[in-house]
Amino acid sequence: MFQIRIHGRGGQGVVTAAETLSIAAFLENRFAQAFPSFGSERTGAPVVAFCRIDEREIRLREPVLKPDALIIQDPTLLHQVDVFSGLAPDGYILINTTRSFDALGVGEFVRGFHATHLCTVPASELARKHVGRPVPNAALLGGFAAVSGRVSIDAVAEALRQKFSGAIAEGNVTAAREAYEHVRQEIKEASHAKAG
Amino acid sequence: MLKQVEGSRAVAEAIALCRPEVICAYPISPQTHIVEALGEMVKRGVLAPCEFINVESEFAAMSVAIGASAAGARAYTATASQGLLFMAEAVFNASGLGLPVVMTVANRAIGAPINIWNDHTDAMSQRDCGWIQLFAETNQEALDLHIQAFRLGEELSLPVMVCMDGFILTHAYERVDMPTQAQVDAYLPPYTPRQSLDPSEPVSIGAMVGPEAFMEVRYLAHVKQMRALELIPGWAEEFRQAFGRDSGGLLHSYRSEDAELIVVALGSVLGTIKDSVDAMRERGIRIGVLGITCFRPWPHDAVRAALAQAKQVVVLEKSLAVGLGGIVSTNVRTSYTGDARAVRTVIAGLGGRPITRTALESAFTQALEGSLEALSFLDLDRSVVERALAREREVRRSGPIAENILRDLGVVGARIR
Amino acid sequence: MSYQPVKFYQTGTFTVGNRLLPPDVRSVQSTQRRTNSLNSGHRACQGCGEALGARYAMDAAMEATDRQLIAANATGCLEVFSTPYPETSWQIPWIHSVFGNTAAVATGIAAALKVKGRSEVRVVAQGGDGGTTDIGFGCLSGMFERNDDVLFICYDNEAYMNTGVQRSSATPGAARTATTMAVGEAPGNVFGQGKNVPAIAMAHEIPYVATATVAELHDLEAKVKTAMGIRGARYIHILVPCPLGWGHASQDTIRIARLAKETGLFPVFEAAYGEVTSVSRIRRRQPVEAYLRPQKRFAHLFGDPPNSAVIAQLQALADRNIRRYGLLEPQEAA
Repeated sequence: MFQIRIHGRGGQGVVTAAETLSIAAFLENRFAQAFPSFGSERTGAPVVAFCRIDEREIRLREPVLKPDALIIQDPTLLHQVDVFSGLAPDGYILINTTRSFDALGVGEFVRGFHATHLCTVPASELARKHVGRPVPNAALLGGFAAVSGRVSIDAVAEALRQKFSGAIAEGNVTAAREAYEHVRQEIKEASHAKAG
Repeated sequence: MLKQVEGSRAVAEAIALCRPEVICAYPISPQTHIVEALGEMVKRGVLAPCEFINVESEFAAMSVAIGASAAGARAYTATASQGLLFMAEAVFNASGLGLPVVMTVANRAIGAPINIWNDHTDAMSQRDCGWIQLFAETNQEALDLHIQAFRLGEELSLPVMVCMDGFILTHAYERVDMPTQAQVDAYLPPYTPRQSLDPSEPVSIGAMVGPEAFMEVRYLAHVKQMRALELIPGWAEEFRQAFGRDSGGLLHSYRSEDAELIVVALGSVLGTIKDSVDAMRERGIRIGVLGITCFRPWPHDAVRAALAQAKQVVVLEKSLAVGLGGIVSTNVRTSYTGDARAVRTVIAGLGGRPITRTALESAFTQALEGSLEALSFLDLDRSVVERALAREREVRRSGPIAENILRDLGVVGARIR
Repeated sequence: MSYQPVKFYQTGTFTVGNRLLPPDVRSVQSTQRRTNSLNSGHRACQGCGEALGARYAMDAAMEATDRQLIAANATGCLEVFSTPYPETSWQIPWIHSVFGNTAAVATGIAAALKVKGRSEVRVVAQGGDGGTTDIGFGCLSGMFERNDDVLFICYDNEAYMNTGVQRSSATPGAARTATTMAVGEAPGNVFGQGKNVPAIAMAHEIPYVATATVAELHDLEAKVKTAMGIRGARYIHILVPCPLGWGHASQDTIRIARLAKETGLFPVFEAAYGEVTSVSRIRRRQPVEAYLRPQKRFAHLFGDPPNSAVIAQLQALADRNIRRYGLLEPQEAA
């Protein structure tokens, strides 16, 4: 079972991201479960959503306490919420930012992590460019497909088309695909650096 | 057809397949997504003929359903928590009149302190109201139970409450197999009421009944519930044959054939328990699970048989009978042939407290070691309780308990609704 | 409102004798066609205004709908006296659910009829003042606001009579009830701002609101028929004296109801979409004392000396009603 925890703020489409990811996994014939942290948080408040992906039926209903991957939709949460709780050193971290892990002040924490598991993506900028609003969730899902390889970018695109419609859907798909390429480039650079 | 959808959406689509004729809606979290989806289907004309009525309270929601059902229409509503309490008088009335309304209860805690998260206090508060109460383990079962509920209720002229865990199921996206209209039509015949308000055959429904016959009327209500115990297994089997799934029935046993310890529970937590049981089985521990799907009527004989071999029973329940302990466990004890002291109550998940595998496995291990108390509270923060009690000992005007605890914990109170 | 009021001056009560009318304008109640919706043999008290009002109202509604009628009933005297197990006085399809939900139950019936394509069958909800102005008020307002196709009839006897004469929000100031005792410095019910449910119904802008009394049964029947000719939410508020609770002689029910109107204490009118469209004018104006004195619930006002301040307060309410609704004939008002 692969478990994803998504941190963000109310209004950033955190819950939608988890749901869309579960649809993408479903489209690839996997079992998936997505659920919010069950609050009634208003716009701007910290929000958590969860997604589990497995090859068999998922029965577990506890929150994701030991995530295999973290998606951070808002880097300002890094020092407000214990976002890294339960994350193992072989876990994946994807942050919506234009800055580096070091610049965000979490470089020390991720020292032992696989370099190719640590990615950033300017998701808000991509969303503003392609959707017209800085809602980073779709771009981050594209980035997640690249960094984790757990779902294909095509499945993410199809899931986005199920969740959204018309121009918004297409804008989100474009943002996701661009984020996907961005992260793939990042990973390539990281593995080169490692090799060198 | 397989779908990856929100539980509420899945239930709404299943209800629409049941061709309800009158739907009453009043918003309360976490059931709102269900009636919102149904309202949209009615407004788009996808679900027709159907009247979707936005009422002014849950009391009115159940009352409109009563009127509609008494006039021969298939009636549906949904509620949770405070809403169920607010309609309680009409809830008893619907069963007393023998009207087969179907209602989803998206289980949620009851305040005060106000809390929107999941537990079973709402449904348990109405356990003796005369409704059939079914509890869903998954979203698949939730949607299947609704289809069965209309048939069961209408056959017996009894209302049916389908309970599904608020947020944990209602707001979870997971895979469901959505039946076709033809499948549902074949399983669920049109509603033929036993009594109906009709000018061509005037009847009085709801007459006053005095001491000379009230006992008999109540006894007949009991007989009808007992009849449900006979019908449910057969209809679940028929459902399995028609839809290809085990959904519903009175109860579900899991790896309990040779189990020394059987864990009894209701609803979605059964999934987490099963994962714990699998892990403990791998360590050679003989542990199994009994999931109660039909809580009312209480499947006395079936529970007795299911627990016959167990040396120990742990009842894990998401409700607390304050001043007593467990509600489900009190029922379980009446059906357990062994020493009643072997039935232990674990209160868990109140007000949405996560029930984790770690905590469950620890409690089950304690039970096997004989160190689990007769009544315990999973993941209870003793230090918070001690501080509250100390404060009350020290000062008379100790202030509101909930606010003090939130201050102790250093968190901001969750905002509601 | 096409109805032409019938005016007869008989000695004493103004009661219109059907025998003095041509057959086609006689009351439904006096015809062979009457349905006895609320049949004889029920257990109401002698002189019960509510039983009289319900009998006239439901038979008129049956006549108006060609007998295609379903009734929902609130808990209360009417429900209890009409359906003691295993008997029922109702010859129409009838349901009693609980005390406070009658309007909602009626909404449900109307919805079921609509969905089943049986729009010819109509729905009447009925309750006492408790089931209307107090505990049933939320559901009533909801039904009005949605403009559901229901006629709600309130039989107002100004207190909870079924439970032994306790105060309701329809109890008038100074009236003695079991919970507004005639003791202390201000005996009887306190004077509040009143809860004028006909006016509140009008504020919902529903198609039809009317008031009536059991003293003018032609008028009552006509209003029920008018209401049944309209679709949407309708409300009729009928003053029904209660000999037991009001403490008047059983044979005086109609006289007391007439005095309520003739003093101006109970204005009789019709309204459509929030506007008053007609009023039943006072024919021979009486001081409120004429209405109050025969009722034991007001007996404490007429001690030695009489409580003239409170009587004046009640007179002021009557005078206000007369002004507000224009209850006097123009020449008399001038």
